[in-house]
Amino acid sequence: MSGLFSEDAWLMVWAHKDTFILGFMNTLETSMAAILLSLVIGIVIGLMSMSDRSLLRSINRVYVEFIQNTPLLLQICVLYYALAFSGHKLGILLTGILALGVYHGAYMAEVFRAGIGAIPKGQFEAAESQGFSYVGKMYYVILPQSIKIILPPLVNQIVNLIKNTAVLYIIGGSDLISLTYNFVTGATTGGAYAPAYLVCGALFFLICFPLSMLAGLWEANLKKQDGREAGAEKKVAAT
Amino acid sequence: MMIKLDHINKYFGDVQVLQDINLEVREGEKLVIIGPSGSGKSTTVRCMNFLEEPTSGHVYIDGKELTRKNKMELVRDTTSMVFQQFNLYPHMTVLKNLTLAPMKLHGKSREEAEELAYHYLDVVGLRNKADAYPNTLSGGQQQRIAIARALCVQSKIILFDEPTSALDPETIQEVLDVMIKLAKEANITMVVVTHEMGFARQVADRVVFMADGQILEEGPPEHFFLNPKNERVKKFLSKIIR
Ligand SMILES: Nc1ncnc2c1ncn2[C@@H]1O[C@H](COP(=O)(O)OP(=O)(O)O)[C@@H](O)[C@H]1O
Ligand SMILES: [Mg+2]
Repeated sequence: MSGLFSEDAWLMVWAHKDTFILGFMNTLETSMAAILLSLVIGIVIGLMSMSDRSLLRSINRVYVEFIQNTPLLLQICVLYYALAFSGHKLGILLTGILALGVYHGAYMAEVFRAGIGAIPKGQFEAAESQGFSYVGKMYYVILPQSIKIILPPLVNQIVNLIKNTAVLYIIGGSDLISLTYNFVTGATTGGAYAPAYLVCGALFFLICFPLSMLAGLWEANLKKQDGREAGAEKKVAAT
Repeated sequence: MMIKLDHINKYFGDVQVLQDINLEVREGEKLVIIGPSGSGKSTTVRCMNFLEEPTSGHVYIDGKELTRKNKMELVRDTTSMVFQQFNLYPHMTVLKNLTLAPMKLHGKSREEAEELAYHYLDVVGLRNKADAYPNTLSGGQQQRIAIARALCVQSKIILFDEPTSALDPETIQEVLDVMIKLAKEANITMVVVTHEMGFARQVADRVVFMADGQILEEGPPEHFFLNPKNERVKKFLSKIIR
């Protein structure tokens, strides 16, 4: 096969387009399930950091620091092989979802912690002084205010998670990266590196870029809003 | 007794900020707490709705002991609070600020809650701001809305923690006027931390002077103007009465 982008190479990729579509769908499915899991973990673990019980705060710190300071690749291996050794077979897909959810859950927890931590103490106290329960306080007063702070970094985490589905390769996943790599190294399909990688990259870009754009827009919007609010305060102070 | 603080001690870490506070507030009484900064006035008032939990001692509200377990219900049903920094909910309009607790905590329908809200907006003279967001209002207006919010749940007790201290001088009086009106017209029990001695003189049934986490002197407002006993009280008053 001659030339990185030879017609033959492209035809080979085209002939196996189902492989790429399958990988793409697998990556999407895995990502979506893992995103849900990471959000649940993020909210629960993130809220623990605000608790007045020191045990919950400790759980938050240990979880976040442990997960953030060990490689995701190692975590997924441990999850897969340790479970396999102990006789539990989760399956590759479920292992991937778990590993990604747990890993990005730690980052989501920090996102929620920062978002909620940015809300002035007086807001919590106002809600408490009215007799709101913890859940009512969070739901009606705190989260609606933190959501605009939380959303941009949260979307960034989602983008990272989607890209990190690549780690499934190490346990023999059928995500987009794994299938692409199997394709270019395969005995019968091998060699069409450039077009295959290009297609793979384009597919990732197709999901991740709009999300990043969205996050960027939110962030810009947020800055503008803050500007307006500060402006309004100044006006008030001047009158 | 509407409020009773019984041998309250409060520590923050190793620092004791309240020392054996005993204080009773009658139903409908207007109590003013004065004293230098850091003397424990806020902490005292915040013990009355368990924003701070006393390290030891007992708090009774309307005859019931306030505990960690029952604080949500008891505070919801008996007390409101007005803060120095207003603490209005910035993501909600004024009307939503006023109807949130009545609807979500007191079982009011939207119609009932809005009727109440407009009634109390009239009381504070800000009916035309119902659809405004808090940060478009002046400090004085925000505080009057915060007072309306406290009134909307129709609690027997309203706690005020330095309600005019964060305000520009020219907006202080509009807030005081609302509070004076409340004090004169309604049978609400009011506990007010303030340095506004004019207000104290006009509406207070009793003034309490705190320093170093203790109550040093208490009596009717005239007592503080005419013949305070404690040297620290005299010195403090000479500074704040202009
Ligand atoms: N959350 C807190 N943590 C530690 N110290 C506090 C806290 N709140 C108040 N204090 C301290 O307690 C003392 C009394 O405070 P406070 O009740 O706010 O006084 P005041 O309202 O009379 O100014 C002050 O020395 C203050 O620094
Ligand atoms: Mg204070």
